[in-house]
Amino acid sequence: MGKKVALTGNEAAAHAIRQINPDVIAAFPITPSTPIPQAVAQFIADGEMDTELVTVESEHSAMSACIGAAAAGGRVMTATSANGYALMWEMLYIASGMRLPIVMAVVARALSSPLNIHGDHSDIMGGRDTGWIQLISENSQEAYDNLIQAVKIAENKDVMTPALVAQDGFNTSHTIEIWELEDDQKVKEFIGEYEPLYPMLNTDEPITHGAWAPPNWYFEHKMNQLKGLLNAKDVVEKVGKEFGDAFGRYYGLYEAYKLDDAEYVIVAAGSVCGTTKDVVDELRENGVKAGLLKIRLFRPFPYKELAEALQSAKAIAVLDRVSPAGAQGGPLFTEIRSALYDTLSRAPVINYTYGLGGRDTQPKHINSVFETLKKIVETGKVEKQFDCLNLRGVWR
Amino acid sequence: MAEKLLNWDEVLIGGVIKDPGNSKQYETGSWRVERPVWNPDTCIQCMFCWVYCPDSAIKVDENGKMAGIDYTYCKGCGICVEQCPSKPKSLKMILEAEAKGKTEEELRKEVFSSEK
Repeated sequence: MGKKVALTGNEAAAHAIRQINPDVIAAFPITPSTPIPQAVAQFIADGEMDTELVTVESEHSAMSACIGAAAAGGRVMTATSANGYALMWEMLYIASGMRLPIVMAVVARALSSPLNIHGDHSDIMGGRDTGWIQLISENSQEAYDNLIQAVKIAENKDVMTPALVAQDGFNTSHTIEIWELEDDQKVKEFIGEYEPLYPMLNTDEPITHGAWAPPNWYFEHKMNQLKGLLNAKDVVEKVGKEFGDAFGRYYGLYEAYKLDDAEYVIVAAGSVCGTTKDVVDELRENGVKAGLLKIRLFRPFPYKELAEALQSAKAIAVLDRVSPAGAQGGPLFTEIRSALYDTLSRAPVINYTYGLGGRDTQPKHINSVFETLKKIVETGKVEKQFDCLNLRGVWR
Repeated sequence: MAEKLLNWDEVLIGGVIKDPGNSKQYETGSWRVERPVWNPDTCIQCMFCWVYCPDSAIKVDENGKMAGIDYTYCKGCGICVEQCPSKPKSLKMILEAEAKGKTEEELRKEVFSSEK
């Protein structure tokens, strides 16, 4: 059992980083993740960590420095949000292509424009195909637990792929919650020592990192990279179980909340799942078979397992905290619908965009989603495949 | 040089190269549109061309002296010609098309005849 503490999601991430004590952190401040490197800098100044903190002039440089340090053979971490994450774009692909197991805390935030510093998933969803493992946290406890697990997942020899752990800007990052902080030594033992595969600083075995691959090599390297990312699925499950054995909190690929016999199901990721669980509890008390499928691992997307978990549903609503940007729906919606296509279920699947730029999503809004699902089952008709939650004006 | 083309599950992780020096297998001389021609008669052996050549395409003999250009790798960038300090210059660029079918000696005579 850990020690119960009342701290923010950012502090949860910072404490995880302190206990992981990576060799190098290169970071640039951006709201709402700034308190993470700020707290880390304090830990280093206080002698609680011996990490080399590289202060850089941009997030592009932050990820570049992380890549260099990781290629050298170090255990490397960083943190960012929104436009900072977007500025890393080019380097995110390079980190995953070079198979460097960098672990990054992302405090998910809206992208400009209009300028907005509040929470949504525009950043991480935009970067979903950069080849990184993506774990999404519901609360501070998960932000802490996931970061520790991410190190072990990313550094697994069959994976060797960078991983990001997302938490929701402000909803989680700046909210004080009670969560369990584990013992420093136990965390160190859990993650173990990092043994890089091909450290550049090993002069006994000189190697080249970041070489070019002409058309007769590139394709093979990219598919080799994809296999590493896909291997992460089994490792996420394995590490989730090991984490449970060590600390008492078990993690899987996703969380099924009252899902076994659920007829009306919401699929969502992040802090909105807390609100949704409350609504599900209330509906269950009134005999309504409501349930929640909470996404934990978004990349690689565990489509078979998620589709299997949705087989009891009579109607499904997928909540995306990002604009569909011209697609049939949000990224989570299209993935879930696609996953269901190969199964027996022909339950209607609808999509909502919610919470953009920090827009509040309250129990009454989640209730309205379940109301709509009930109506769809009763009438057999889907009036709107796509809609918005808590948007002024009727979306049409 | 023949290279074994590995399958996707055989390549080294992350495109890491364990065997150094394999850029030799890549004959960049085929990129050339122009080529430098060298005149040993006016060359002062300053070795500036060797220092500046980005492709290590300046040949050096056993005495450490400039011994010509390695056209297997020379991309024809012209940096050696820019750097050559001798008067007149001992390196000159010509179009690759003009070099077709001619020996190095023939080209040398043709390019530097007025300066001999």
